[in-house]
Amino acid sequence: MLEIRDLHASVEGQAILNGVDLSVGPGEVHAVMGPNGSGKSTLSYVLSGREGYAVDRGEVLYDGRDLLELEPEERAAAGLFLAFQYPVEIPGVGTMTFLRTALNALRRGRGEDELDAMQFLRVVRQKARALGIGDDMLKRALNVGFSGGEKKRNEMLQLAILEPRLAILDETDSGLDIDALKVVAEGVNALRSPDRAMLIITHYQRLLDHIVPDRVHVLAKGRILRSGGSELALELEEKGYGEIMGEAA
Amino acid sequence: MSRVAAETVEQVRSLGDRYKYGFVTDIESEQAPKGLNEDIVRFISAIKDEPEWLLEWRLEAFRHWQTMTEPNWAKLGIPMIDYQDAYYYSAPKQKEGPKSLDEVDPELLATYDKLGIPLREQEMLAGVAVDAVFDSVSVATTFKAKLEEHGVIFCPISEAVQNHPELVRKYLGSVVPYTDNFFATLNSAVFTDGSFVFVPKGVRCPMELSTYFRINAANTGQFERTLIIAEDSSYVSYLEGCTAPMRDEHQLHAAVVELVALDDAEIKYSTVQNWYPGDENGVGGIFNFVTKRGACIGARSKISWTQVETGSAITWKYPSCMLHGADSVGEFYSIAITNNYQQADTGTKMVHMGPRSRSRVISKGISAGRASNAYRGLVKMLPGAASARNYTQCDSLLIGSKCGAHTFPYIESQNRSARVEHEATTSKIDDDQLFYCRQRGIGEEEAVALIVNGFCREVLQQLPMEFAVEAQKLVGISLEGSVG
Ligand SMILES: Nc1ncnc2c1ncn2[C@@H]1O[C@H](COP(=O)(O)OP(=O)(O)OP(=O)(O)O)[C@@H](O)[C@H]1O
Ligand SMILES: [Mg+2]
Repeated sequence: MLEIRDLHASVEGQAILNGVDLSVGPGEVHAVMGPNGSGKSTLSYVLSGREGYAVDRGEVLYDGRDLLELEPEERAAAGLFLAFQYPVEIPGVGTMTFLRTALNALRRGRGEDELDAMQFLRVVRQKARALGIGDDMLKRALNVGFSGGEKKRNEMLQLAILEPRLAILDETDSGLDIDALKVVAEGVNALRSPDRAMLIITHYQRLLDHIVPDRVHVLAKGRILRSGGSELALELEEKGYGEIMGEAA
Repeated sequence: MSRVAAETVEQVRSLGDRYKYGFVTDIESEQAPKGLNEDIVRFISAIKDEPEWLLEWRLEAFRHWQTMTEPNWAKLGIPMIDYQDAYYYSAPKQKEGPKSLDEVDPELLATYDKLGIPLREQEMLAGVAVDAVFDSVSVATTFKAKLEEHGVIFCPISEAVQNHPELVRKYLGSVVPYTDNFFATLNSAVFTDGSFVFVPKGVRCPMELSTYFRINAANTGQFERTLIIAEDSSYVSYLEGCTAPMRDEHQLHAAVVELVALDDAEIKYSTVQNWYPGDENGVGGIFNFVTKRGACIGARSKISWTQVETGSAITWKYPSCMLHGADSVGEFYSIAITNNYQQADTGTKMVHMGPRSRSRVISKGISAGRASNAYRGLVKMLPGAASARNYTQCDSLLIGSKCGAHTFPYIESQNRSARVEHEATTSKIDDDQLFYCRQRGIGEEEAVALIVNGFCREVLQQLPMEFAVEAQKLVGISLEGSVG
């Protein structure tokens, strides 16, 4: 489903990714771990098409298509979703309005009918309840004044509503309390399906207690330095990245 | 609000062409000869069968105008206007004024249909009465009878001159004297039509009143005059909308609006201005030079201006409040959007005279392309304005790097107990916000419309519900082509 081959990328002339290889099949959940500043968010931005992230070498195929030549909104329409590490505040734009605009834009892209206000409200209410998000939060401007945890939950709500085929979660678990962490994990597990793939960037094994990944990768120094099964995360928790980094040096 | 915003964005998307009001109605019209002189002033007055005092007033204004020069203090590049090379009166030809809506020329009804303003009452937005002004004359006013039941007078000002001369004579020029400024003086000499509203004591006007201005004829200036009087403890909400065909020449629109609020009265005046802005190279477009002023004569009276200015090649207007009454309130909520080569110099004047008078100014300026957008605001506290207060917030948003935004606040205080607060911000449209929207599947133009609508929300919320949708749509349309 997603094929990343020898991906090199730079920001403002500075090389960040130095040959990433990664392959994710449909229905799979992969975890990406790695030290701060190793390029995890950069990888998520390159995949979602953010301006300013230059691809210097390599290719990314999504369902066999060249992902890198698509505009960000085209990638979204093709089913790619990024839960941001730092969700953005948009003053004056109601959360509901934003969600509905996004969903209808995607539905148009897929040739589906747009949802009217009532239909939409029903969808949102139901999914919001499952994530413990109240009506008052939906009425507020998007992410404005939301606590860190609320912002992350809001990312999860968008994920649930937009139902992407490839979801990248960039540290969605950071800043969550224990209960919220469970809610998020349940949300992710509920979305697991044979035709949906997920790339979960995290620093913590505890998330992976709830969401058992098919594969775990260590991204360090701009490359995947080690890959393994879910037990790799446990090993990292114990030993840290030192050994792997050492091997690479 | 949120439902409205989402619909808007959808509508924005479905509207392909940038200025969909640019068509010309093929209708026979009656025009005064080109040019401007005393004879033209007399012609206009005669064709409207005006009383002697009004002709005299016009002539005094005209003579005064001849001694004046165009203002040049605004941050605008105004090309020379040849005042002799324009028509000052143009009216669709009809034998007599229409007695009822059934008699209005079908061609005109079709024009307003196309503009989204059906004039047949049964098809209208429920609860909105419309006065339709086409070039120099009012062609139809809806719901007159219903309003009369409540004692509300809503009619073309030319009709008010005939039927309610005592009111017109008492208030015309009472807020904006004919000597006021170059364009207001010109308007006083040659104004052709506009709306007249009178709300008697204690009456809450049962519906929104609205005037729809349309310039159709070529080389024709539009000089309308609006006068709204709210007696003690009355309330009225009034909205004006405007469009014009696309033409390569500039056309002049110099209106005057006067509002009078007596004790405990409230007037809410909203404008959605969408005159033709010119093309993307700056050719053509309306020069919108307007004088709008409200007098809060009475104690506890309130005047609130809300404007959404998206059209015109050049906009020059400063809706103002003269706060005479004790505890009177003035408000100004403004969105001014300029794209391509549009220029806007707009803002407000809040003149505090009454004790404890309060004013609030919220201005949102958005520039894109090579446009220039200036906020100019005066807050004046006169000696009588004990404990008066003003709060001004002025936010500018820039899209792209070739446009400009400027803020010129003028504060004069002659009363030490008065308080004036001013806040201003300038920001660029945020790349993080744009990317966030696009990642969710929202296309770039739709994302800009969404973000800008959010930026303007405080002001859009002030508009009557019926018009909020239209206004949000306009925000999106007027920024088309501003990104990428
Ligand atoms: N705009 C930029 N200009 C210069 N350097 C940048 C820019 N954006 C990111 N970087 C650098 O790229 C490197 C990778 O950053 P990235 O955000 O991808 O790390 P990360 O693996 O997500 O880290 P964390 O675990 O802390 O979230 C860092 O060294 C960062 O400082
Ligand atoms: Mg990161």
